Amino acid sequence: MTDTAVSLQGVSKRFGEVVAVAGIDLDVADGEFFSLLGPSGCGKTTTLRMIAGFEFPTAGSIRIHGAEVGLEPPNRRPVNTVFQSYALFPHMTVAENVGFGLQMKRVASNDIGDRVTRALDMVQLGHRSEAKPSQLSGGQQQRVALARALVNEPEVLLLDEPLGALDLKLRQAMQVELKELQERVGITFIYVTHDQEEALTMSDRIGVMSAGKLLQVGEPENIYEHPTSRFVADFIGEINLLPATVIDSGTVALLGGHQVGASTGAEPGTEVTVAIRPERFELYDLDEAIPDGSNRIEGTVARRTYYGDVFYYDVDTPAGRIEAKEENRPGVEHYEHGERVIVVWHQSAMAVVKD
Amino acid sequence: MTVSAAIRPKSPIERLLASNSWLVFAFLYLPILLLIGFSFNENRNVGIWTGFSTRWYGEMFQNTEVMRALRNTLIVAVVSTVVSTILGTMAAIAMERFRFRGRGTLDGLLYLPIIIPDVTMAVMMLLFFAQAFDLIGGFFRLNFGLGTIALSHIAFNISFVAVVVRARLSRLDGALEEAAADLYADRWQAFRRVTLPLIMPGVAGGALLALTLSLDDVVVTSFVSGPGSTTLPVYVFGLVRRGVTPLINAVSTVMLVASMLLVGVSLLFQRGNRPPDQEE
Amino acid sequence: MASVGDGGGEGLSEAPTQRDRDALERSAERADSKRGLLVALPAYAYLALFFAIPFAIVFVYSFATRSRTGRTVLEDWNFDSYARLGDPIVREIALRSLTLAVITTVICLLASYPFAYYIATRRPAIRNLLLVLVMIPFWSNFLVRTYAWRVLLGNSGPISQISQFFGGEEVRVLFTNTAVLIGLVYGYLPFMVLPLYAALERMDWNLVEAARDLYASGWTAFRRITLPLSMPGVVAGSILVFIPSLGAYVTPALLGGARTTLLGDYIVGQFLSARNWPYGSALSVTVMVVMLIAAIAYFRAGAKTA
Repeated sequence: MTDTAVSLQGVSKRFGEVVAVAGIDLDVADGEFFSLLGPSGCGKTTTLRMIAGFEFPTAGSIRIHGAEVGLEPPNRRPVNTVFQSYALFPHMTVAENVGFGLQMKRVASNDIGDRVTRALDMVQLGHRSEAKPSQLSGGQQQRVALARALVNEPEVLLLDEPLGALDLKLRQAMQVELKELQERVGITFIYVTHDQEEALTMSDRIGVMSAGKLLQVGEPENIYEHPTSRFVADFIGEINLLPATVIDSGTVALLGGHQVGASTGAEPGTEVTVAIRPERFELYDLDEAIPDGSNRIEGTVARRTYYGDVFYYDVDTPAGRIEAKEENRPGVEHYEHGERVIVVWHQSAMAVVKD
Repeated sequence: MTVSAAIRPKSPIERLLASNSWLVFAFLYLPILLLIGFSFNENRNVGIWTGFSTRWYGEMFQNTEVMRALRNTLIVAVVSTVVSTILGTMAAIAMERFRFRGRGTLDGLLYLPIIIPDVTMAVMMLLFFAQAFDLIGGFFRLNFGLGTIALSHIAFNISFVAVVVRARLSRLDGALEEAAADLYADRWQAFRRVTLPLIMPGVAGGALLALTLSLDDVVVTSFVSGPGSTTLPVYVFGLVRRGVTPLINAVSTVMLVASMLLVGVSLLFQRGNRPPDQEE
Repeated sequence: MASVGDGGGEGLSEAPTQRDRDALERSAERADSKRGLLVALPAYAYLALFFAIPFAIVFVYSFATRSRTGRTVLEDWNFDSYARLGDPIVREIALRSLTLAVITTVICLLASYPFAYYIATRRPAIRNLLLVLVMIPFWSNFLVRTYAWRVLLGNSGPISQISQFFGGEEVRVLFTNTAVLIGLVYGYLPFMVLPLYAALERMDWNLVEAARDLYASGWTAFRRITLPLSMPGVVAGSILVFIPSLGAYVTPALLGGARTTLLGDYIVGQFLSARNWPYGSALSVTVMVVMLIAAIAYFRAGAKTA
């Protein structure tokens, strides 16, 4: 059983009247790549800064490997941060930047040289050790920031949207590199991002935040397939959100009264939302045979959009407009604008959330 | 910035603006150039050119009064620049990085010397020293002289240095100091290794401003100087009121060229130091 | 940054209580405050001693009496000096100084705006060169630059000679208000150029392009977009020229005549020749208060247009 690297209990942060973080409980396991995901202003960066020590929590406790650090200054915590703007010291060389933390900790100077070299090699920048940050590209600066943090062998590495300033191709390459690096080094990473694709591809677990609250924590698959709230369902990937009312523990009624099968523990009469990913739908002709046990609803194709590898269909149904996604390959039928179709999905492929 | 949006090249407006700019430059530089030119005029009568000569420079260097004034000027300028730069920088750091009681008052105190005219400053310092000497001067045998001049210059220079350094400090990315703390530096180490080197250009700029203001000062100095402690600008000012002479031209040219060189060198120095990302 | 610096002992092993937290925040604030005060102290003390107290003394003196021999007597406190501020001669001098300062500011503005605009619209390399060329006179010795006009405007000086060469008369401008005006404009022109340039350079020129795209003529785009957006620069430059011009002493002393006294000279006179220190103090206090109000008004206006 792995240790808990970082433990937050009841952590809140208030700035005057504004509540940035409202009571978070979170355990991050040792060696895990954990992402805090959410839109701007949701409190994820504030939470990260509280772990780093740049803000003190107004309530709650923060432990790192069991030791309470909530009120320690940042220079006394066994964590290091990769800043969004990299925050490389412009007047120092790359090597001096990377060695800064070691110098502050009074590591012997020959050791510093070795460790800096190894850290720079790890990010493939050994050959630029004498350059100044302004002479490097954005991607290179980012890697220096990484090396500068990792060389200190922190117990936890905190990353604040480090890839935000890079262009798409570079960002995707860096995502792979970061993930591999983390696996190699084995240090716990806490990664803050607003990009859900990033979180899904890189993380061992994700914590979704909104308006200061931690809404759901789980593995990427879990978050994607089984969102427990409307916000999480909507924020991750594409989703159809259909208002519905609970009829009984196995049925809900969509708009227009059409009933479909759904397992829910909610009281009959509760207003809920049915959440289904576009790719979970299949479109059938009106006269095609549909597998038993599926949910279905009839509708008209309002628009078809071609993306090369997939087709998106906007289908108007009594329950509302449904967006379905079908692969573009032989064997999968295409439908035209105006055609009547049956939209079919399996009961297990949908989630019922309350808000 | 798109020039094309602003003015169409070669349009009449562009030509108008260009000629206006040429005129302004001419207006700014011709008097200076003419002054320099006339300092080499052989003629005793300043306005009429009779030939090239450097005799006035020779006279200047042999004139004991001028040399003493020059010495005084340099002493006061260096002392006031050094002290006001240190105090002004400390004030700037305190204002930008700390919250303390009385911060608002210091803020006000720092801005006042900048907005009052030098006449008012001169009156203030005169009365202050007069009163102080009345009370304790006899005991310490204090009098108006280089000391009072330097003390007065420092009084207004602190504010100018503080303004320049504060501007530089406020532009500093706060994340840099956070990064230093993240990397185990305490407050003092972060200041010494990160903040201070990065505000050095601001400190140098403030020092240059203080130096210039000290070298320029006429009114405050003339109010608080004593016999034998005249500075060059005050000396020249006194001479001019009695009439223009070629000697004054020579002295003025030296002062002018010296200040221009000083600025030119420091600007070049700044340009060399500026990191590339600050340019367009 | 809320960090405590070198605060606190070893890490606690239980969650901090609210009392711990409050106590820690308070002691952190106190430590920060103490440290800040320490850093500020030298400058603070110096300015308190050599600026605040001098001003207080001037203020006190403005209520003192002038003895027959010209000495200041710190008794019989009165408002006489302030009463004299209502004299016609004071109003005349104040009005003259004010008018001169206003005209100087206006001329500087009219000459500087196209100039700054031109520089701001050049290529970066040229722009930097032009800026350096503007900075050099700006930093050169003020007295000498003003003195140069004393030489130029002499009755038999170069300008006079040129005018006579072209068949005109001697130019007898020296020792008139016009000469002072020229001197002031010359001295303070860079003070107007630099803030104007800064405001124009910082502007988003895409907005001008957008206006042109929406069928605005060049002049309209300037009037409706550029001019309003450069207002902070106009305000800053105007204050930087107006205030020193109002209290100018050196320029009028070198270029002005004996008959046209301005504020600066009038005040200085009270301390050198007229030896009426209380009156001079009252004048100084009033000038300082007026400047203060003007500066505060500028800051308010600047904050609004920012």
